[in-house]
Amino acid sequence: MAVQFPKEAFLSEKQGIGRREFLKVGVAGAVVLGAGDALAFAAAMGTPKSRVVIAKDAMLRGSASTVDASRMTALLDRAMQSSFGTKDALAAWKQLIRPGQVVGLKVNTIAGHGLSTNVTFVEAITERLQQAGIKPYDIVIWDRTGHELERAGFPLSSAAGKVRCIGTDAVGYEQTPEKFGSVSSRLSKILTQTCDVVINLPLLKDHVASGVTLSMKNMYGVIDNPSHYHGGGCNPGVADVNMLPSIRKKVRLTIGDATSACYHGGPEYKPEYLWRANSLIVGSDPVALDFTAWQIIERKRAEAGLKPLEAEGRLPRYIATAADARHQLGTNDPRRITLVEV
Amino acid sequence: MRFGTRIRLAALTAVALTLLLSWGCKKQSPVLPASNELSGWEKTSETRSFTPATLSDYIDGGAEQYLKAGFKGVSTSDYKFQGKIEAVADLYVMADANAARTIFEADPDGNAKIIPLGDAARVFTQSVIFRQGPFLVRIVAYQEAPETPQALIQLAQGIEKKLSN
Repeated sequence: MAVQFPKEAFLSEKQGIGRREFLKVGVAGAVVLGAGDALAFAAAMGTPKSRVVIAKDAMLRGSASTVDASRMTALLDRAMQSSFGTKDALAAWKQLIRPGQVVGLKVNTIAGHGLSTNVTFVEAITERLQQAGIKPYDIVIWDRTGHELERAGFPLSSAAGKVRCIGTDAVGYEQTPEKFGSVSSRLSKILTQTCDVVINLPLLKDHVASGVTLSMKNMYGVIDNPSHYHGGGCNPGVADVNMLPSIRKKVRLTIGDATSACYHGGPEYKPEYLWRANSLIVGSDPVALDFTAWQIIERKRAEAGLKPLEAEGRLPRYIATAADARHQLGTNDPRRITLVEV
Repeated sequence: MRFGTRIRLAALTAVALTLLLSWGCKKQSPVLPASNELSGWEKTSETRSFTPATLSDYIDGGAEQYLKAGFKGVSTSDYKFQGKIEAVADLYVMADANAARTIFEADPDGNAKIIPLGDAARVFTQSVIFRQGPFLVRIVAYQEAPETPQALIQLAQGIEKKLSN
């Protein structure tokens, strides 16, 4: 059965006390150390709660079916300000990255443009990164293959002076695998050699194997052998992949795309089970993010009259594994998650 | 089993074998319609094919469900209707009709309209799914428009006709 958040886990922005405090010791710490170390850092600082921000704009599309660019930028700004506790969005970006760094934007494009990271959303991020001092060429939109990126609406580019957009198939994987637990995988050179910092930009999806995916599962798009780890509901595969040193070191923040999300039939694009959630889900604790994603999917499935994931044998067990003593990638305890809706 | 049914099954098996052999030879799928074979429909990409070993390259973790049910291969092509509605047609070849039914019935009907096509078919506002013998066909559109469902049905009927011949 899905665990429900206690009431106190849902705070409005006004109720979200400790925002500035969180800025100082929560997000900033996680950013410095890498998201994988967020929990240990938070515990060490005596701030056991992870913050998950859900920013929503019911009018994100206006009267059209596509996302409005200016509203998307405003939504992103709101999400970043709330996550970092800053007065303006630019200040938030400047806490996350600094000029001279190469910033990777790991999108999710395997399902084609019907169910891939929204292009307008990514454009808004590249705009803000440049305003924060990152040169266009130092921004790298990337995923497994160029073909998938193009099909999802991201034109490939390696031109000087422009934002790069490249697939791992163009540069390859490391020769030597990184290992943890059940996983032994070669990592994309875009992660290991090109990027200094990676921002994870996954989608909110139901997933036929693992139940739900948002933050951690997107790292399957970083390794050379993801099909090896789909058995057992992707458990412990997802947790183990996220323990690989290069991933822990470089992935600093997740901005989950829930502009359109799927509550059944994922990860394939099945438009009959999509809904326009018009939201972004932001945080540096990947476990808390995935736990939150799970709750959202369960609620939507219940609204649609579908069985809970457990009844379908698809409980996302990898989330608890990622939170266990061996992994400590974050928290799946709703009492230790501050959920802020803005 | 009636004689007519046996003939139909034999014909479907022959089509399935042809498809499997065409994958081996890296030829185009003979079933997914070419441009202008159906009024208003243009084929906008090469046909790509995936085998059990490569299915996860196409549908990631979704592959597990198909492999478990008995997956043999899939061909997929992009289409555009009257220059404005983009769609993707997937033609799955499963081990047998039961395997195709397993995948078809794994998803709820929801608000689908049931239409007479193949052995069973569902139409949604942006997709058509039908099964016929060992075949499972899924056609999805990226744009929602008043003409989308009927256009998708037209494409589905074109594929069904080829499967039957």
